[in-house]
Amino acid sequence: LAPWVPVVGLEIHAQISSNSKLFSGSQVQFAAPPNSLVSFFDASLPGTLPVLNRRCVEAAVMTGLALNCRINKKSLFDRKHYFYADLPAGYQITQQRVPIAVNGSLSYSLCIDNKMSQMVTKTVRIKQIQLEQDSGKSLHDDTRSQTLVDLNRAGVGLMEVVMEPDMCCGEEAAAAVRELQLILQTLGSSQAVMAEGQLRVDANVSVHHPGEPYGVRTEVKNINSIRFLAKAVDYEIQRQIEELENGGTILNETRAFDSKLGCTVPMRDKEGKQDYRFMPEPNLPPLILYDAKSLPANINHQQVVNIDWIHERLPDLPSVKRAKLVERYGILPEHSFTLLNEDGLTEFFENVVKQTQMKPKKVIGWILNDLLSYLKQHSLRVKESPVSSCLLADLLNLLEKKEISSTAAKQVFAELWKGERKTPLEIVKEKKLEVIQDQKELELICQAVIDGQENEVIVMVLG
Amino acid sequence: RPQSGSRLQVSAALKEGRVSPTELCQRCLALLRSTTFLNAYITVAGEAALKQAEESEKRYRRGQPLGVLDGIPIAVKDNFNTAGIETTCASNMLKGYISPYNATVVQKLLDQGAVLLGKTNLDEFAMGSGSTDGVFGPVRNPWSYSRQYKEKSVPKSRSEDEESNWVIAGGSSGGSAAAVSSFTCFAALGSDTGGSTRNPAAHCGVVGLKPTYGLISRHGLIPLVNSMDVPGILTRCVDDAAVVLGSLAGHDPKDSTTVQDDFKPFELPNLTDVSKLSIGIPKEYRAPGLSSEILSLWSKAADLFKNAGAKVIEVSLPHTCYSIVCYHVLCTTEVASNMARFDGLEYGHRSDMNKSTESMYAATRREGFNDVVRGRILSGNYFLLKQNYENYFIKAQKVRRLIANDFMKVFGSGVDILLTPTTLSDAVPYEEFIKEDNRTRSAQDDILTQAANMAGLPAINVPTALSERGLPVGLQFIGRSFQEKQLLTVAKWFEKQVKFPMIELEEVKRHDHGVFQHQKSASFS
Repeated sequence: LAPWVPVVGLEIHAQISSNSKLFSGSQVQFAAPPNSLVSFFDASLPGTLPVLNRRCVEAAVMTGLALNCRINKKSLFDRKHYFYADLPAGYQITQQRVPIAVNGSLSYSLCIDNKMSQMVTKTVRIKQIQLEQDSGKSLHDDTRSQTLVDLNRAGVGLMEVVMEPDMCCGEEAAAAVRELQLILQTLGSSQAVMAEGQLRVDANVSVHHPGEPYGVRTEVKNINSIRFLAKAVDYEIQRQIEELENGGTILNETRAFDSKLGCTVPMRDKEGKQDYRFMPEPNLPPLILYDAKSLPANINHQQVVNIDWIHERLPDLPSVKRAKLVERYGILPEHSFTLLNEDGLTEFFENVVKQTQMKPKKVIGWILNDLLSYLKQHSLRVKESPVSSCLLADLLNLLEKKEISSTAAKQVFAELWKGERKTPLEIVKEKKLEVIQDQKELELICQAVIDGQENEVIVMVLG
Repeated sequence: RPQSGSRLQVSAALKEGRVSPTELCQRCLALLRSTTFLNAYITVAGEAALKQAEESEKRYRRGQPLGVLDGIPIAVKDNFNTAGIETTCASNMLKGYISPYNATVVQKLLDQGAVLLGKTNLDEFAMGSGSTDGVFGPVRNPWSYSRQYKEKSVPKSRSEDEESNWVIAGGSSGGSAAAVSSFTCFAALGSDTGGSTRNPAAHCGVVGLKPTYGLISRHGLIPLVNSMDVPGILTRCVDDAAVVLGSLAGHDPKDSTTVQDDFKPFELPNLTDVSKLSIGIPKEYRAPGLSSEILSLWSKAADLFKNAGAKVIEVSLPHTCYSIVCYHVLCTTEVASNMARFDGLEYGHRSDMNKSTESMYAATRREGFNDVVRGRILSGNYFLLKQNYENYFIKAQKVRRLIANDFMKVFGSGVDILLTPTTLSDAVPYEEFIKEDNRTRSAQDDILTQAANMAGLPAINVPTALSERGLPVGLQFIGRSFQEKQLLTVAKWFEKQVKFPMIELEEVKRHDHGVFQHQKSASFS
């Protein structure tokens, strides 16, 4: 059988972290009472007009720069029309013709063969980033045959990040999204928490034989976590391969991922292709961004966004942070990945290092093998750890000073985990785990052991 | 003798205590009540208006009026949002809709102490040139009942009476024009997308100003074509229009299409020397269907300027002939988009049909919109389809650029102001007007006014003379972007020369106690 080449592209919607919405002043807040964060504009009251939120523009520029994009100094807004209960105006304001950023790239790393020891770096091209409005939420109440509409989310700013079909499997897609998530969180442009709908991923999947043109692609939606993303993509690839090998065809359709069944199913709602009748948004002039060179002399700084100014203030991106950790502490690259992957773990690690004489290369073992596995076992986040960096540092100091053995240290750690507010020293004393340093004392103990085991000693002496 | 200058004639009377705001308000309301046959108003907010008038009176007594507009009764076209007062757009879709906010221009007038008498009638959603296609019925031109018209009109048959002879007010801001023309208010807001303020102003014998696009906020004006709409100002004299403009113009952070530049309200100078002026007469505005009467009036007006020493030259705006089709595409596409929000879900009419969301939407929109609106939505959506977008929408945008460039070239060659007719003829009788459909009428009537909206330029109708039928005819001046001061100065000079006569209306005479008397009395030609 000829090999199949799977092709995976992603469309990611990241909710912008801002106080107010993209075009109106109503607040952005998760899980507020229904329809409590809706301005006249959000409700599409006739006569209301959009006013662009500066913070949202800055978030998009930051993100574009972090993804190596070209920031378009002039970008445009368009209306995308369709009728739906959660879209009050009957159109979404988006950037179809000229988005704010284009032609970027994202590098991410994968472990080969599930071993943490070998990592490989891959790159996915970023086609574009565009600003657009989020829709409201509609809930279908089948028992009462009604639809409930909550417009709190309507109008919240989104960055749509389009990743070219450079990926080939679920693992790559997951790793790319994970890296994007870390970048967004580092920038602060989006909190990117998938569970709260702040990061939504749709996957475009197709398969073809090498040398042949790309196959028909399907769009997979309703993916609620990074883990499910990998599952959904891999399932869909497999489904398409099986379908084609059985002589079937792939429909250009939208499918939903069913997390319970672990498969993709055709979505009921889609009725053929929609013509969105794109039209320029007449109420918003072109968005003009400046850099240090093009900034006019006597301009009101409240009214302009300066790309260079934003560039200068970008924080260290994850890839830079990891490199710095490796260099500074002499840990392995794969260690740095794990550190950044857990929220707060890097900080914890660095705090421990600060407070202990133990070499970071040794500390990292405790962090990754002991602390992290305990956290995972108990489904706790670093923030919720009953063992603080202080306590762990104390423990490691005892170990470093050779006052306890490493076996004893593990025991102490287990005790600390109970969260009974005892210090490592207290636990050591309580459980009599001290390493005995006194020569005379050791001789007495050894003598006592030998005295108690006369027969064994004779056997040993005689060989 | 009322002084000339940048005050409304009556505000002097208010200031001097010769009349009180409440008296003024009551008289306007009384006159309004006796002219309901004009159907100029959809909603009269009598009680609220009297309260506003009382507040104004207190301020005058304290010697602290808010400004020149304090206590002045005004009317607002019913496509502007007014908090607490119904805003219908003369459509079933918004019957009973009470907006929670005031349009910026309404708020500005109220902040100046103006007294809001009510909302005026229009074509549904401002689509039309006659104010005949709204759900509350057509607006009647007050001049239909004037002595000047009655004595000139010859009934076609004996059975015909005054009732069927009445003429249209023009549109789509016919209600506002009729309200100002019949003295029930001193100024009114209209809107202008293709001529909707200037056209009814010409037919009703009042001043109708279309400001430069971007000068006055559209926040709260229910849009027809976002890229062409402007709030329009209707008054009985040019000075009054300047005063109202001064209180409305300026950047609004709520409207991103308003310019950031500071606007300084101005007083109109009394121009005496026009020798430095260059007036352009665009030859393409000698449009097919232009009545010989208006042609002759236009020519007389050009001579007036020439004889006074101004330079009057013929100019060319070669793409004028394409403006109708261009407007048709751009207008319908925006309408299709702007009307998408009317689905009955959040506000407005909602159909009882509830089998599904989609069927509810479809029924709501079928029930809520008239044929004109629905027709434009269908056309607009057609032009926006992927396969048509390039050939229609993009092409129309390019033609629009050409039309705007025509003006730029002419103004760039030293011409200060353009002088053109406003309408093809005087107002036609309603019975005749409705023989043609809305689309045909709009296409015919908009030809002289539309291009100014395409180019975003300021333009004004100045009532010039009475036609042979005793009805008003106006002429239009088109100026450069943001040069309203120059435009209005020239318009004021012209107004002074032509001395357009006051309407002789029974009801006005009955309610007038010298307060409604306008300065001008003699007539021109």
